[in-house]
Amino acid sequence: MAEKDLLYNYTLHLADNSMILGQRCGEWCGHGPVLEQDIALTNIALDLIGEARSLYQLAADLKGGSATEDTVAFLRDVLGYKNVLLVEQPNTDWAYTIVRQFFYDVFHFYLHSELIHSTETRLSNIAAKSIKEVTYHLKWSSEWMIRLGDGTDLSRDKMQEAVNGLWEFTGELFMPSKIEQQAFEAGFAPDLNILKPMWQEKVEDILAESTLYIPEREYQQKGGKTGVHSEHMGFILADMQFLQRAYPGANW
Amino acid sequence: MEINLEEAFQKRIDDEIKIEPRDWMPEKYRKTLLRQISQHAHSEIVGMLPEGNWITRAPNLRRKVALLAKVQDEAGHGLYLYSAAETLGMSRDEMLNELHIGKAKYSSIFNYPTLTWADMGAIGWLVDGAAIMNQVPLCRASYGPYARAMVRVCKEESFHQRQGYEIMLTLCQGTPEQKAMAQDALNRWWWPSMMMFGPNDDNSPNSAQSTKWKIKRFSNDELRQKFVDVSVPQAEILGITIPDPDLKWNEARGHFDFGVINWDEFNQVVAGNGPCNKQRLKARVDAWEKGAWVREAAVAYAEKREKRNLSKENTNAA
Repeated sequence: MAEKDLLYNYTLHLADNSMILGQRCGEWCGHGPVLEQDIALTNIALDLIGEARSLYQLAADLKGGSATEDTVAFLRDVLGYKNVLLVEQPNTDWAYTIVRQFFYDVFHFYLHSELIHSTETRLSNIAAKSIKEVTYHLKWSSEWMIRLGDGTDLSRDKMQEAVNGLWEFTGELFMPSKIEQQAFEAGFAPDLNILKPMWQEKVEDILAESTLYIPEREYQQKGGKTGVHSEHMGFILADMQFLQRAYPGANW
Repeated sequence: MEINLEEAFQKRIDDEIKIEPRDWMPEKYRKTLLRQISQHAHSEIVGMLPEGNWITRAPNLRRKVALLAKVQDEAGHGLYLYSAAETLGMSRDEMLNELHIGKAKYSSIFNYPTLTWADMGAIGWLVDGAAIMNQVPLCRASYGPYARAMVRVCKEESFHQRQGYEIMLTLCQGTPEQKAMAQDALNRWWWPSMMMFGPNDDNSPNSAQSTKWKIKRFSNDELRQKFVDVSVPQAEILGITIPDPDLKWNEARGHFDFGVINWDEFNQVVAGNGPCNKQRLKARVDAWEKGAWVREAAVAYAEKREKRNLSKENTNAA
């Protein structure tokens, strides 16, 4: 694959992760368990979509022609999205939302800690900007893991159920797609094998402090990175793309 | 003694000295303000719902981010206002309970549905526009915490209004379908926005007392007239028509004349029969009930941590 195509595809994968998780977090706006946390989660949605925009703008530049952040973000079908399965999982309840956020934040944090050293300066600049935000996201979700894990019996049950339910989507984070492998070999993406033990250690630490445990179930789902998503993805896009599809080419 | 306190209180108000939480105030002043500020806070929180509705469907990334930030601002306004109301002696949880059991009201405008993207424009332009007309004078309200909260609220609201008008402008300069969408939104939001100023002056029994206490600075009809006068030229720039056949410039008055408001519709929506009253309240009650275990766990964890810290301190001391 030509280096430009490789960078385009890798950038898209990063952007889609942030975009889809931001879209999920945005669903909470107005429905949070307490006003302050409604505001906090909306902040996270704003950061994630902000990061996605920077990445989509880079992707649009690489694509050239009439491509914009919006054509890149809104005019692909399910198979064209390269985000991991974890981020498209439904909000379900506050426990699932926190656990999904935490698993992703740990990954996001270590990924960007490496990506700031990327040989591709356009990527390292975006990572340098978003690492500050991601550091806060990780602090926020870690605190909620502990607070709810070590809160009441009911909250511990709900959190353990969410950990059990989402665990099978964490493995994919570290199974490199062809794009990631080639991007690593080309020098602009980090080695996922290095990130995995860092993720594992942090997750184990916080789960222990939360009085939660890692489920015994070993099997891990995969497919998002190659466009083979869960059924949720089509509904996310139906919402997200409705106006772009119903009124092609219109300015908003 | 009581009479002297009341006289001194009124004199402070007449002298434009702010009343602060620890100051003596007539019970009725406290109650009136508590009702008004909590109602205003509830309006911000319920007001998140009709727009929040469109966050996942915003037409592009720039609009999505702006809408998220706007709805988040409304949550922030709710926070300032609940805090201001708490200084009058009622907790946020108690206020929310009154909302959930239907005892406390919120602005009726939020009981109308958001059907198209143009509604995001119309709400910003007209609903936030009407809110600003009502709220700017409140920055000088006699109660200090309320006035200070309103200064922050108004700054953000005027930004929201420009943003809403810009959505309308983009639609009106777009395709014929987009312009029709904008016209339809104006048709649906115009009269409910006009109703936001409340009943006509001769039908507004509490206004005199609120005016005397400088909680209210302009009458409902004065503010409504100002809203009409400002909105007509704005609609002309957009090239869409305000749905009022009686709307015309009155040279003698120096104002626009306008048609009669359908007060029957207003009363029905206030009474709970608007198109979305039940859905809005249910969404708030659901969020509260589904969040109960989260709030309880947060309290339980904080207590546990405090105990652990105490026993650590004791061990260290020993």
